[in-house]
Amino acid sequence: MGDLVKVIIDNIEIMVPPGTTILHAARMIGGEVAPPTMCYYSKLEDSGGKCRTCLVEVSKGSEKDPRPMPKLVASCRTGVMDGMEVKNITSERVLKAREGVTEFLLINHPIDCPVCDQAGECYLQDLSYAHGKDKSRFDFQKRVFKKIDLGDKIQLHMTRCIMCYRCVFVADQLTEKREHGVLDRGDASQIATYIEKSLQNDFIGNVIDVCPVGALTDKTYRFKNRVWFTKPVDAHRDCTNPKCCGEVRLWMRGDEVYRVTGRIDEWGEVKDASNGKPGWICNECRFEKKRVSDWVIEGPTNVNRHSVISQGHYVGLQKPQEPLPKVLHGRDPKILLDIHDVSGVNKPNIHLSELKRPAHSTDFEK
Amino acid sequence: MNTLTNRAKQVNRSPMTFLESIYLWEIFKGMFITFKHMFKKQPTIHFPEQTRPYSRVFRGLHVLNRDEEGRERCTACGLCAVACPAEAITMEAAERLPEEEHLYREEKYAAKYEINMLRCIFCGLCEEACPKDAIYLSETFAPANYNRKNFIYNKQDLLIPNPTTETELLAKAKGETK
Repeated sequence: MGDLVKVIIDNIEIMVPPGTTILHAARMIGGEVAPPTMCYYSKLEDSGGKCRTCLVEVSKGSEKDPRPMPKLVASCRTGVMDGMEVKNITSERVLKAREGVTEFLLINHPIDCPVCDQAGECYLQDLSYAHGKDKSRFDFQKRVFKKIDLGDKIQLHMTRCIMCYRCVFVADQLTEKREHGVLDRGDASQIATYIEKSLQNDFIGNVIDVCPVGALTDKTYRFKNRVWFTKPVDAHRDCTNPKCCGEVRLWMRGDEVYRVTGRIDEWGEVKDASNGKPGWICNECRFEKKRVSDWVIEGPTNVNRHSVISQGHYVGLQKPQEPLPKVLHGRDPKILLDIHDVSGVNKPNIHLSELKRPAHSTDFEK
Repeated sequence: MNTLTNRAKQVNRSPMTFLESIYLWEIFKGMFITFKHMFKKQPTIHFPEQTRPYSRVFRGLHVLNRDEEGRERCTACGLCAVACPAEAITMEAAERLPEEEHLYREEKYAAKYEINMLRCIFCGLCEEACPKDAIYLSETFAPANYNRKNFIYNKQDLLIPNPTTETELLAKAKGETK
């Protein structure tokens, strides 16, 4: 590997192998020092360099050439040099630039978060909370696209897309035949299959996981629930597909599996599986296996305490002992109201998770 | 002893005088106080014939709003339920069918929406969380009932009358007509 080189990011020193990008060096330190990324995805070759959210200031080029770099650089595409000094959150310029980038990304974004299935785990939502303005200065008509079905399992909302190209790289590098890409240019550019063709590759479902916004969403989960009402659980199964790692995250509500995704790490990328395979999962695991009996459940996922997904997850809960049976000499108290007798929500005989499409009004008439 | 207020009175424990011991005079004194109140302004309000004005910020029974075309505004985003400290709100979302576009404003809507009024503490956080102006706390309170099951309010109980088809009901609900 050769000698390690010294980099200083936000006044924190770290030794990294030569050839590492600034972003990776910052991720080794972790926490707030790591710049946000919308397009870069370490598991996908050639990704990055498009969204400009990871811009950082290089205040000292290297030990041999200490001049600062004149412009802010994209940290996902810039390699480190020995003695380099980088400023991320300590630099006013970077924060100002990131504010500008966020505003640009939101120009054409519909901000339909109340309807969007990605809300709660959306990186653009996080970015705009951290760096966005509370008001838009864009007074013009946003670009409009019709929603497109990419096959019967994936829904494409082109209005929400931020053109990160991650899904194109997934299709290119994971599946045998790439069937979609970016058509047209500039304002009119869009992710599309040329003639609304369905995407039928075994691994195409991973475009849902890599999409940083809600442009590509799972149709089998569409509108069924909000992410913060489902409980993430790590699980695995013996998948017959040799490329599939079989280790997934189930998003459950009660005993129903509402959604299956790959295991996402703290940087929003799929984790490598325990046997060293990349963490991509096949379409069969993702869309077809929606019963608890299909999976071996390992335990609840550790969710960041500050994430909305952790709401209502009572970790380490100690329930006090029920006093009534003891007072009533072993007799259980009379239940005055069983909520299922009255409530129309979560009916025990309606299993929305087993529908292969979004629920309609007809599904509730049972 | 120092008293905190100057209203404290020492109890008189001296033996009763003759006038006090026949009680009649004291009864007249007491009856006079009662009689005096017949000429004072009456503070009682004859509910329900009379009602007191509500504060403009009163937080009462919830209503689910419709837009001016009568379409339901709620898009089942779940923010009211996540904001609810009492976990009183539950819902299930569905996708709007093409023939239902006159019923629901957005492509996603609440197929089921329930508020458990036994749990609700009328804090108004749902109203504050709502991004779609769909839920409001009105100026009435949840009426009393004999059964627990009648406190589970579903969507039909909460929705306001349709402003295009049920104008009379809406005017009545707003208090414009009797």
